[in-house]
Amino acid sequence: MSTPSPAPKLPVSLAANPRLSSWVSFARDGRVTISPGKVEIGQGIVTALAQIAADELDVDISRIEMIRASTAASPNEGVTSGSLSIQQSGRALRQVCAEVRQIFVATAANRLGVDQSALGIEDGTILGPGNVRTSYWELASDVSLDRDATASVAAKPIAARSVAGHSVQRIDIPDKVFARPRFIHDSPLAGMLHGRVLRPEISGAKLVALDEEAARRVAGLVAIVRDGSFAGVVSETEDGAEAALKALHRGATWSDGAPLPDEDDLAAFLKSQPVESTVIDTRTSTTPGKIARTIRRQYTRPYIAHASIAPSCAMAQWDGDRVRVWTHSQGVYLLRADLAIVLKLPAENITVEHMEGAGCYGHNAADDVALDAVLLARATNGRPVRVQWSRHDEMSHAPFGAAMAIEIEADLDAGNEIVGWRHSIWSNGHAARPGRAAQPALLAATEIANPYPRMISSNPPAANGGGGDRNSVPLYDFPAWTIASHRLLTMPVRTSALRTLGAQGNVFAIESLLDEIAALRGEDPIQFRLRHLRDERAKDVLRAAAARARWKPEKTSGVGYGVGLARYKNTGAYCAAIAEIEGADDIRVRRLTLAVDVGEAINPDGVSNQIEGGAIQATSWVLKERVRFDRARITSTSWTDYPILTFGEVPVVDVEIVQRPEIEPVGAGEAAHGPVTAAIANAVFDGLGVRVRDLPITRDRLIAAMELTS
Amino acid sequence: MPSIRFRLNGVETAIDADPAQTLLSALRGALGLPGTHFGCGANECGACYVMVGDRAMASCDMPLWSVADKDVTTVEGLGDPDHPHPLQRAFIAEQAMQCGYCISGILVSAAALLKRNPAPTEADVRLALDRNLCRCGSHNRIVRAVLRAASEMAAS
Repeated sequence: MSTPSPAPKLPVSLAANPRLSSWVSFARDGRVTISPGKVEIGQGIVTALAQIAADELDVDISRIEMIRASTAASPNEGVTSGSLSIQQSGRALRQVCAEVRQIFVATAANRLGVDQSALGIEDGTILGPGNVRTSYWELASDVSLDRDATASVAAKPIAARSVAGHSVQRIDIPDKVFARPRFIHDSPLAGMLHGRVLRPEISGAKLVALDEEAARRVAGLVAIVRDGSFAGVVSETEDGAEAALKALHRGATWSDGAPLPDEDDLAAFLKSQPVESTVIDTRTSTTPGKIARTIRRQYTRPYIAHASIAPSCAMAQWDGDRVRVWTHSQGVYLLRADLAIVLKLPAENITVEHMEGAGCYGHNAADDVALDAVLLARATNGRPVRVQWSRHDEMSHAPFGAAMAIEIEADLDAGNEIVGWRHSIWSNGHAARPGRAAQPALLAATEIANPYPRMISSNPPAANGGGGDRNSVPLYDFPAWTIASHRLLTMPVRTSALRTLGAQGNVFAIESLLDEIAALRGEDPIQFRLRHLRDERAKDVLRAAAARARWKPEKTSGVGYGVGLARYKNTGAYCAAIAEIEGADDIRVRRLTLAVDVGEAINPDGVSNQIEGGAIQATSWVLKERVRFDRARITSTSWTDYPILTFGEVPVVDVEIVQRPEIEPVGAGEAAHGPVTAAIANAVFDGLGVRVRDLPITRDRLIAAMELTS
Repeated sequence: MPSIRFRLNGVETAIDADPAQTLLSALRGALGLPGTHFGCGANECGACYVMVGDRAMASCDMPLWSVADKDVTTVEGLGDPDHPHPLQRAFIAEQAMQCGYCISGILVSAAALLKRNPAPTEADVRLALDRNLCRCGSHNRIVRAVLRAASEMAAS
């Protein structure tokens, strides 16, 4: 007996969910259902996944129906985050569909009495010589897909793909244009009630006393729910719930809260807290250069709000000791795990189904509101309850992207070449998502009578791209470096995953200091970078962006140009950005030119859309965004207090995709933020001659930086 | 409760409701039109815009009594797949969104703009949409889509 050769490796999502039938099935009416574990959050993922499936199965994409993720049946793909959906779900589906196709071809060959190699598939019809034919749907009842993937079938070669790699129109857009309900907000259940939850103004305050009298008198009231500091109302109508909540607010007495840091000196706060310190990476030189001088710079970014355009929403319905939950969470299984802890129920008693919400850009209140709905729905004798947060609560009680202080020391030799580099980060952790710990991460879990402690944010391991340390290891060939991350062990301001985690701050810091050193040397910043890069893909995006922006345009007064570069997580998409800014004390970004390499672009227009959106969102972060607070409460609780970039302020965004169809695809959603942030800051220096190292780059910050320079 | 009458998407409509109820609440609730979205409840984001007469206005802080006898058009009234508004066709052609939650309000703002100015410049479009927030960063695609719809309407 020969030794079996080692089994070929399955893509990670498929290894975790190998059963083919959990991903694909053929409905009788000529349709194909595809059931991924990743969810649509406005990034166009369901279309890209449908493209991959259409290609491998040889069916028209219009036959494909994409199933929303649910713990009832979907493969468990964890969380839709980290720009990993194409990488994980896409690779899994490509393999699944290749295997399914092969199984049907083999069955058809048997049935039709022809050789497998003589069969082809056209839009699901399996065709052979002499006009013999059958189809997926004819054979479906005879073919069981209740078998595991084997990795023994190869997906199609690149040249044979006709759908993936093309800009197919997104399948969700017609519904959104014609206002057919897709959003959880717009999909009422039969007999549905409305709930609202009472939350304190003062950060961390406990509910000491609650006079429910006035709320009880509001028409339509069904229940007032109180469990420790968690309190909420359920009403027959949404307006009734709002009115009852208002009455409840007036009847609430709160304790003192937990003090917040000094918003105007975040670096001092971050550096004064107890921390867990980790050395992320070190590199030592065998031939250390002679240090002529060391320059030391500190960069900060503030807390940033996810600020979804829609307030978070969820629905829940109990049936005995079983509960069904509808949510726009990024991870249905992870949310279920946390709900099981809080409810002290086995996970099987809880079904969590995804429905689309507005863009979330990370871990916002989507999961929190789901527990709110579950707790309120316990009081309704089985009627479903829909809970929606207020704008105020969305902007103050949801987790924020963590503030960061980053210090870099660069040792320079006599010619101002970099011979040593030390990068240190002080920040809260960048992830406190549900479903990953023995304690729940959901807000109401910290409010109920037997509360769980607030989960202090941690950082994903460096192998998964890290958190506060994400993108802190330079892409450049500096001879020596030490990268250290100091994660805070206190968390007065609640933080969790915001798009890019720490990458935006780290890329801003690294690329700003590189720009400064290049200027010190009198060297063009792009040439300087190219000279320090060994990775050809990184060089290519930099050259492509430079050529597209006609780097470097003639100097004109009040206009500046700057560049930024990163490979997201150092393992994902490459992106170079060039910013053109104008202004004296108020900065306007006029144009962003980007080049991006995501490997195989499954849907080039989708990639472009993600890069454009990322670039514009990053511009908003850089020019405007900062969570505001005093020592007791979050104060930026409306769009007036937390302004974002408007139509009149948005720059022209020009994107070039560097095509690499032969390289495995990676996601595009987080590639642009770091490079754009750095490019804008460097353009501000080019145009105005001042280095702003504290984000956001507002008029006040510019004036302060100018005073420091003069 | 008093009956308030107005024309909703071209249809004479009467609703028995508290006159102080917001138009948004009535639309999404009793009138069964959830396409108009709640975003902030304070007329700061544009997600809830509807057309009253020819003007795009926030419905989240607009009491029902104020639209009595008026013409109200929501996103549902702009068109449908069989008879799409040029803007709806153009938003699909330009793939002019990411999550799309803000889009119904933006379509309404753009439709109001094209009523009063059938040949807007890019600057006109940006100005007309400046009170509609988009968090995904789809602004430039949206502007292109509005300009595409305008030129399509001019050509027909």
